[in-house]
Amino acid sequence: MNTVLDVRNLSVRFRSGGRLLSLVKDVSFSVSRGGCLGILGESGSGKSMTCKAVLGLLDDNFQAEGGVFFEGRQLLGENPETLRRLRGGRIGVVLQNPMSCFDPLYRIGEQMAETLGEHTSLGRRRIRERSAELLELMRIREPGEVLRKYPHQLSGGMLQRVMIGLALALRPSLIIADEPTTAIDSISRHSVMREFLRIKRTGETAILFISHDLGVLSCIADQVLVMRLGEAVESGPAGRIFDNARDAYTRRLIRRHKAVMSKFLAAVRQGPEAAA
Amino acid sequence: MKDPLLVVSDVRVSFLKEHQKRLFGRERQQVLRGVSLALEEGECLGVIGESGSGKSTLGRVLAGLLPPESGAVFINGRNLYGRGKRDAAGPRHGLSVVFQDYTSSVNPRFRVEHAIGESLRALERLEGRVVDKKRRVAELLEQVGLPASCASRYPHELSGGQLQRVCIARAIAVNPRVVLLDEAVSSLDASTQTQVMDLLMELRARRGLSYIFITHDLTCVTYFCDRALFFNAGRIVEQVDDMKNLSRVRDPYARRLLDAVMGIGVQPGDLRRERADLLPAGDGDVMGAAS
Repeated sequence: MNTVLDVRNLSVRFRSGGRLLSLVKDVSFSVSRGGCLGILGESGSGKSMTCKAVLGLLDDNFQAEGGVFFEGRQLLGENPETLRRLRGGRIGVVLQNPMSCFDPLYRIGEQMAETLGEHTSLGRRRIRERSAELLELMRIREPGEVLRKYPHQLSGGMLQRVMIGLALALRPSLIIADEPTTAIDSISRHSVMREFLRIKRTGETAILFISHDLGVLSCIADQVLVMRLGEAVESGPAGRIFDNARDAYTRRLIRRHKAVMSKFLAAVRQGPEAAA
Repeated sequence: MKDPLLVVSDVRVSFLKEHQKRLFGRERQQVLRGVSLALEEGECLGVIGESGSGKSTLGRVLAGLLPPESGAVFINGRNLYGRGKRDAAGPRHGLSVVFQDYTSSVNPRFRVEHAIGESLRALERLEGRVVDKKRRVAELLEQVGLPASCASRYPHELSGGQLQRVCIARAIAVNPRVVLLDEAVSSLDASTQTQVMDLLMELRARRGLSYIFITHDLTCVTYFCDRALFFNAGRIVEQVDDMKNLSRVRDPYARRLLDAVMGIGVQPGDLRRERADLLPAGDGDVMGAAS
């Protein structure tokens, strides 16, 4: 398997009034083509910081050390312009809040065209066709209509699908998804996850999937890394971690999740039709 | 049998549409289309629906924030929106609310003790007696599992789960009969959600509270509620009186919600299918078609 992203001993510190606060401590992981690494952690565990460090989105107040190798190339310390071209191009990014990722003053079509225009040499007409194609791929009905709408006219789930479509548009070899399902309701979450699974099944992309939701992670991740207070407390194949975690904190998270799920399963499986 | 604690009968609400076909048009959008429900003493009722289904509007009607166009809400036998003498008399605080967005529901300039103290002042006014606020705040914090030292903190100095606990303490400070939880755990971390739900169950047992739990997450409802109403497009489309019968729901919308559940041990219905028998070639080739 070829490794797409390899993060070695990544540490992130924050400068605050002469002191250095350690936010991420010595985290290592790698994702290969067609694979999906899930990063699990509660808020404040440093999982989003890790993702920002990888993307080079941290400002001067932060200090990142270690190695972030994307297709063999060190990204830490790379100049911002190169990184900007990588993001949205070779690296697709899907962020948590779809509502704040789009400019409320521009129509969806215009915003998609901006991204496509930036990274490709397509003509205007072709861009419009491609945008509609992408929306169709994301199973959005009446793409032509949606392109003319403003962000506030679409639901969170739909915007999130537009965003995934855009992330995919340039055939990235890595998709980084930072809590893509947190801000949307359960039916939209389901449809968003379906798109991620489809992407994964093509086997061409590596996915780094960050979430606090074990339910979501369990349906997409092959490997799981558990973070707590900036440290990786556990990592390994998803199945092993779900059934047999070594770390006490991880076990607690999983036990809580399973307590909720077992009540749900009990409710669903008791009916006569479930048995049929 | 006693009368139900809270009765909603045929409530209808509509808003003026934002996009009118004609200039000065008066078209209205129906948000609630005749909702009726009853909540028994000590019960926890789940209301499930996706965003835009009108479930939060129902919450606002129940909280006394939005008078319905027709229909009525009775809490403890009193009409919430009634004008009669009998309706105006007596304690108003039969119901309190915990909202989804804990950051915007607490004044950022209030310390925790003031946030809870505001409820206590309302209680003083209501019952015409003086409450030892300091002691009461400490008691309430203890009940929601926070240390008394939290009282002097500001909202931004607390984590989301802690702040939501403060909101719960504030809601129960006025000794309500019913607590309306409008997506009260939805913006918390998954494992914090479980902790807060455990807390709510404990409080319910200890204080004999009833809950109306509005959410989009079916697993929370099965974890926490006795009964469930499926809400779609301003209507109750299906009612489950015993959680054991959950799998028997017939309504297509309710089934979709059921299928959307993901978790360890549950692969949601069609995700599993898609995983197993692969997609048709053309459909599955996302990357190829996207290039």
